[in-house]
Amino acid sequence: MARRSRMADWLDVRSEGLLVVPAGVYIDPVRSVDRAIVTHGHADHARPGHGAVLATPETLAIMRTRLGDQAGRHQQPATYGETVRLGNVAVTLFPAGHVLGSAQVLLEHAGTRVVVSGDYKRQADPTCTSFDLVPCDLFITEATFGLPVFRHPPAEQEVTRLLAARALHRDRCVLLAVYGLGKCQRMIALLRAAGHDAPIYLHGALQALCRLYTDLGIKLGPLHPVVGTTPDAMAGAIVLAPPSATRDRWMRRLPDPMVAQASGWMRVRQRAKQRGVELPLVVSDHADWDELCRTILETGAEEVWVTHGREEALVHFATQQGIRAQALSMVGFEEDGA
Amino acid sequence: MNRFARLLEALVFTPGRNGKLRLLEHYFAVTGDPERGYALAALTGTLSLATAKPAVIRALVAERVDPVLFDLSYDFVGDLAETVALIWPEAERKTEAVADSTALDLTEVITTLQRSSRTEVARLLGNWLDRLDATGRHALLKLITGGLRVGVSARLAKTALANWSGHDLTEIEELWHAQTVPYEALFAWLEHRGNRPAADLALSFRPLMLANPLEDRDVTTLDATQYRAEWKWDGIRIQVVGHGDTARLYSRTGDEIGATFPDVRDTIRFHAVLDGELLVLDGDRVAAFADLQQRLNRKTVSPKLMRERPAHVRLYDILVEDGDDLRSAPFDVRRTRLERWFARIQPERMDLSPLIPFRDWAELVALRDSARARAIEGLMLKRADGAYIAGRPVGPWWKWKRDPLTADAVLMYAQRGHGKRSSFYSDFTFGAWRQGALVPIGKAYFGFTDVELHQLDRWVREHTLRSYGPVREVEPSLVLEVAFDSIQRSNRHKSGLAMRFPRIHRIRWDKPAQEADRLESLERLIDA
Ligand SMILES: [Zn+2]
Ligand SMILES: [Zn+2]
Repeated sequence: MARRSRMADWLDVRSEGLLVVPAGVYIDPVRSVDRAIVTHGHADHARPGHGAVLATPETLAIMRTRLGDQAGRHQQPATYGETVRLGNVAVTLFPAGHVLGSAQVLLEHAGTRVVVSGDYKRQADPTCTSFDLVPCDLFITEATFGLPVFRHPPAEQEVTRLLAARALHRDRCVLLAVYGLGKCQRMIALLRAAGHDAPIYLHGALQALCRLYTDLGIKLGPLHPVVGTTPDAMAGAIVLAPPSATRDRWMRRLPDPMVAQASGWMRVRQRAKQRGVELPLVVSDHADWDELCRTILETGAEEVWVTHGREEALVHFATQQGIRAQALSMVGFEEDGA
Repeated sequence: MNRFARLLEALVFTPGRNGKLRLLEHYFAVTGDPERGYALAALTGTLSLATAKPAVIRALVAERVDPVLFDLSYDFVGDLAETVALIWPEAERKTEAVADSTALDLTEVITTLQRSSRTEVARLLGNWLDRLDATGRHALLKLITGGLRVGVSARLAKTALANWSGHDLTEIEELWHAQTVPYEALFAWLEHRGNRPAADLALSFRPLMLANPLEDRDVTTLDATQYRAEWKWDGIRIQVVGHGDTARLYSRTGDEIGATFPDVRDTIRFHAVLDGELLVLDGDRVAAFADLQQRLNRKTVSPKLMRERPAHVRLYDILVEDGDDLRSAPFDVRRTRLERWFARIQPERMDLSPLIPFRDWAELVALRDSARARAIEGLMLKRADGAYIAGRPVGPWWKWKRDPLTADAVLMYAQRGHGKRSSFYSDFTFGAWRQGALVPIGKAYFGFTDVELHQLDRWVREHTLRSYGPVREVEPSLVLEVAFDSIQRSNRHKSGLAMRFPRIHRIRWDKPAQEADRLESLERLIDA
């Protein structure tokens, strides 16, 4: 237990989030604070109103798009691999492979290496830099899909299923429900890679971030707003919208939509059916169970803290492997962009 | 197996009948023999296979998965077959393409299950699960636990075959029951590669003759002397096919339901094809429809249930007598044959639906309106010279329901619909007053126009008190005039009442909710 307290004594779990004490900085705090490190742009990680924010340039751009003047008074960009000193803590961001700009945070202090994974995945994604494995002593891992029933198939295979369903129902349109940051752009890029070059129609809520991705050099092909398009023009087309829109009056303007949803939760078919999804696609921007387990082992960490999701099973797994593990309960995280 | 598994999955998720048809047609077109024949049999529930108990499946998974991880997963997923399908270890990640090439095929699975014992199934299952991907495993486990519920009736499958092949549905239905799994001769004929398969038609389903509603037509435009009248019974339509010591019972859609009603089926010793209504008796009287519902959709029936809710057939037509096809004969001739046949055979658990004598329409109207006996929905009018024609020809048969009952009820809850209606609140629960509080009395999701649906949807969104997932509780202030065919006692409902065929008749935007009906006044409408 001595080792554990030595590791933990400069990290503190406060109601605002994880505090790096000697640097006076929080990682992904759930409330506005003076100094924050933000792993990526999803709403439950990138909150508005911080004083100073350290993040990758892409994450800062995403925050400016989503939060406007609430994106942090002082924005400090750090590129992947660049070490920044905060107090006597060395902070380095590494790619997390989750969404554009997403980072893991390496903290080096008092001879100990701590990695905060943020949200991550190890499957390839054409819209962001791939995950880097960072060896460490203490690994603080996410656990969104921390149950062995979650195994994500290759995303390309799910896109093939989407295109096959579309081919079988030419008179309908496919309404694909996606989270606005990351999943949306990844699905578009995967569709393009699969040869689908027809215009893709977007719900208004998705347009700004698609524009930002395009500005940052990610090619998404022709995108049109749903607003101002006649239903006839959208027959046989693929339309993207946030999940809430599939239950909204908004979708009445679409020609006989077939509701598809791309998410890791779609793996559990009974749940997908309850949500009224007709075509469930298992595409996730989070690590699946096998990746979570493999990554814990590969970091060589002696100790693991599990947070952000279903902690219990992953703690059990790590303990069985002889790794000290505990659930780190933090409030304020939700099922985002899963 | 994987192609079949993906078809099953798509069928589960596709809400509409047309969507399901398209999936089936596509499957029959791209799948070869004998696999598609086995799939057809599995979908329509015509296979008898060795099964495995959940305990066997749990034991298999316990050999492979940490019990703590399994329990946490089962808690989250909530369904054993699905949990096992998802958690089953995979040596390496399988893409669908890889899984397709190494997986076992449906034919192997089904033919093996047909000749295996339960113990053998338990031994085979582990190896089979190793060879499939998650979707395949789920399908296999559903098949093996007998829970393949995907909403495909025999009728729907046959319609898909007809659409896909261009053959006539009636012809397929006639042939159907003479064919055997895996239906290779049938598929050869459907694909125009082979002759129409020879069919021993003795036990096959004869497509039914259906009636048109009389509602929009003035009965006095019909010639009363040309029609015969019978009561219209509130049961389920049934075709009884007896062929010596074998018998079949067919539902309206041609599904064989003999196993659900062995009390009727096992008394049959005659050679005849009869048309009638399946009812449940309570002593000498017809029981409430709710009692019949208790007996529907069961694969096996307990002796207790058969004792408490005995099935009975009320006959009204004869199609074949001792091999003599009577369908082209006029109704009057068939009726005489039916009565004589009945007197001669005196079949158990059956009686005749009486003809109702009448002089003119006025007399019949009076009879129709006074008939409030339980299980009578109205009248059937049948042309005396009409042949028995499959389908719904206009003219020879009319159904003439008595005027519906109505009640003013208060909208209580609204739920989002499915498919095209998924963005609309289109399923409505309404209630009546009892001691100053509303008690739900029924649910309706049709009867309104598209314009009214938009109005109701907007009203619900603007008057929501609370949301529970897809359900909204609304302010109790909108009165709906509800029409229904009858109302019966039911101990399964909080109100103690069950409505038959409730639908929204009118939206009473004008009526204050306090003036809606009270439960007592609905109780007075219960059938004698
Ligand atoms: Zn995220
Ligand atoms: Zn997150």
